[in-house]
Amino acid sequence: MRRHAMRKIAAAVCLASAIVLPGFVQARAVTLNTELKSYRGNDAYLAFYLTDANGQYQSTLWVAGKKAKYYKHLRDWARGSGLNSSEFDGVTGASVGSGQTLKVTVELADALIDAGYEIRVDSAVEDKREHRAEVKVALTSQGAGKSASGSGYIDAFSYDL
Amino acid sequence: MLRQLHSLPGLLAALLVMLLALSGGVLSVNPALERLDAKVPAAGQVSVAELAGRVAHYYPGAEQLQRSPSGALIVYYSENGQAGAERIDPLTGQGIGTYAPSEFSTWVKDLHRSLLLGSTGRAVAGIAALVMLLLSISGLALLAKRLGGWRQLLRPLRGGFSQRWHAEVGRLVVLGLLLSALSGIYMSAANFELIADGMQREPDFPQTVDPGPAAPVASLAALRATDLNDLRELVYPNPSDPGDVYSLRTAQGDGYVDQASGALLSYQAHDSARRVYELIYQLHTGEGLWWLGLLLGVSALSVPLMSITGARLWWLRHQAMPRLAHNSAAQWADTVILVGSENHSTWGFAKTLHDALHQSGLRVHTAAMNQLASEYRHAQRLLILTATYGDGDAPASARQFLARLTKTTLPPGAGFAVLGFGDRQFPQFCQFAKVTETALLERGWPRLLALETIDRQSTQAFARWGNAVGQLLGQELALVHKPVRPRSQSWQLVERVEYGAQVQAPTSVLRFKAAAPPGNVAWLKRLLGASTLGHFEAGDLLGIVPPGSPVPRFYSLASGSADGVLEICVRKHPGGLCSGFLHDLPLGARMDAFIQPNPDFRPGSGKAPVILIGAGTGIGPLAGFIRNNRARHPMHLYWGGRNPASDFLYEPELNRYLADRRLSQLNAAFSRVNDCSYVQDRILADALHMRRLIEKGAQILVCGSREMAKSVMQALDHVLLPLNLNVLTLKAQGRYREDVY
Repeated sequence: MRRHAMRKIAAAVCLASAIVLPGFVQARAVTLNTELKSYRGNDAYLAFYLTDANGQYQSTLWVAGKKAKYYKHLRDWARGSGLNSSEFDGVTGASVGSGQTLKVTVELADALIDAGYEIRVDSAVEDKREHRAEVKVALTSQGAGKSASGSGYIDAFSYDL
Repeated sequence: MLRQLHSLPGLLAALLVMLLALSGGVLSVNPALERLDAKVPAAGQVSVAELAGRVAHYYPGAEQLQRSPSGALIVYYSENGQAGAERIDPLTGQGIGTYAPSEFSTWVKDLHRSLLLGSTGRAVAGIAALVMLLLSISGLALLAKRLGGWRQLLRPLRGGFSQRWHAEVGRLVVLGLLLSALSGIYMSAANFELIADGMQREPDFPQTVDPGPAAPVASLAALRATDLNDLRELVYPNPSDPGDVYSLRTAQGDGYVDQASGALLSYQAHDSARRVYELIYQLHTGEGLWWLGLLLGVSALSVPLMSITGARLWWLRHQAMPRLAHNSAAQWADTVILVGSENHSTWGFAKTLHDALHQSGLRVHTAAMNQLASEYRHAQRLLILTATYGDGDAPASARQFLARLTKTTLPPGAGFAVLGFGDRQFPQFCQFAKVTETALLERGWPRLLALETIDRQSTQAFARWGNAVGQLLGQELALVHKPVRPRSQSWQLVERVEYGAQVQAPTSVLRFKAAAPPGNVAWLKRLLGASTLGHFEAGDLLGIVPPGSPVPRFYSLASGSADGVLEICVRKHPGGLCSGFLHDLPLGARMDAFIQPNPDFRPGSGKAPVILIGAGTGIGPLAGFIRNNRARHPMHLYWGGRNPASDFLYEPELNRYLADRRLSQLNAAFSRVNDCSYVQDRILADALHMRRLIEKGAQILVCGSREMAKSVMQALDHVLLPLNLNVLTLKAQGRYREDVY
């Protein structure tokens, strides 16, 4: 059985000032579509974040899962964000169950698209293995709408610009 | 109050608590099963580095190494983009099978933690743990009260089937249930972040790492220094990131390991909150403590039995109470009726009074004397109807009355009247009613009516008292009481053994069989395998309503339904209506009688010795107890008769019981022989032996006439003196029970 969860948020994703143009910033809504595989176990915690081409953490897009004490299992993201709550304030929601679909819309500066950035997803399920960067896709206009599969709990991931 | 605190939450949450207990019981087996499977090396035998090195040989794509509290090791790895998980041998690092957590276990765990309902369910489960705590504590307090104090908790128990099992199993498992409930509450509170569990404190990611090339895992110093048995988790660095590190979690703390230098970085020992959480988690789940897990599981499995017997006890108590319509709240009533009753017959009168007063337009509150409130805001009159138990004691529903009385206030102008119920044949007639009246007078409350007494449930006397109450109210009050009797059954006399004619104490042992009910019913009952006898035990009471009197007479049963007959021992009293009727009853004739359970008067559970004391027909239930002593517990009988040649009741049976050791010792005293002696003389003469039995935890059951019971009590007080004990103490401990008449 599949359920669809639709969440819209208007949280602007802050980035390091070096890549944000001073003054006028063009923002754009990006929808993240994630479909989980069917597995036995509790709901999955997922972290969606942006890295540069070298895999260096840039910013958090969305965290599915509300208990901060489990965030350390989203390992690469935890390392990159240093688990500073200022990194993920206002961009968290419920964890996602087996076979469910998560659809969230976040806002992103235009300048980040086609600029060599990647969207990555870390995942973890209680008493099961954790996956770092089980999804890695380039953030480009061309890549929008194209589905990628994950190596862990994620069956399919895509983003719409 | 305490009882309500126990039974109400118990009834309301029974299903929920049962569900949690059963699922917990199923889960409790897991640690033991895992332990059976796991191979645990000795401390210091294998380091994490050694194992990781061997694992690297078989799993070059290893990403994570986990050790469960039971010692099972799991490696998570990737091979050609495929994720895998295997259990590995801790000595060789070789895979021993795919790791796939049991779906059933996962499901049961989810059921146990959240009833499969997510966060809401977790809250409900936390509340269920609170209920379990409340039930354990209130149950323990009730049991302590019943057994006469906290130190007496391990005393033998008496009571009907449900009562006995509920208490017996309850005290056996209560520690396990308390531990499960308390740790469950703690874990629920930690989960809802009401209590700090120290899980959030994470070591900071190291700022700088050794720029050198990665060294083989087996050579890393920090891992070589960590014993495998202390490992919780080792996460390998991201192979594509040379700046990444190993992250290491151990039983003592967490940190990172540099993949070039092998140094331990940013290590952080667990704080006390974390250690407390882990300890309590372990106590709750039994993880790594498989034997505790199994013990907790066994106590959890008792919960359905506790729920069912508990619900049955509540139902029986509820059934025994007369239904009172229009019972006003204590704080609203203008008339308060309080009832002191041992076996509910006084309740019947109270109900008649309650209904009549309600008819007259009063707001009436009726309750047990034990439920005396601390105030009655609108009360104008307090009417107390009470029986007396034993030798002037308070009946069951009034035992706490006098203690509570000191804390009760009545509005100005309110007064009281006491009505006593009893039987004039006995000394101390209506003694507790007198005690109650004195206590109320001492309280300084106005007496509305002088103490009246009702002899042998006389409905005329009750109606007269009703007139007096009516005059008080300024209106007519007609109390027409129709006693409700338990459903009686027809019994057929099949055997009579006669004794004592030569010593002016004609006594008969009478045996009855259930008279066959009308044809169809008997056939149906046989088909259903039901016993036509019904269930009763030696020591229960047989109520017989003799022709010519509406009041039932009670006889102690000398047999249980398992014996296949109903047996009583009856002495013919000159002019005795019922004893005369029974003595004249021809063989084959029928009589109607009902059974009233008397679960307090029977040997308690356990192997402690039993001292049986009686005289005359008091031998009846005692002989029944000995006959049923199949476990051959030590039983010592002290009995008094008149002349061994004439009224040695049950003599052949007792000799047989002595021979097959159902009876350990028989001390018979006779009063109409040359060296005349009474049963109390035998007790005094045997004081040394008696004391030894009491020291072994012996319980004493006394059956016979009131005078005999009094003399026995005096003799025993004398015997007990060197032990710093007396009969009252034994009574409070439930080790001294009487059935006197």
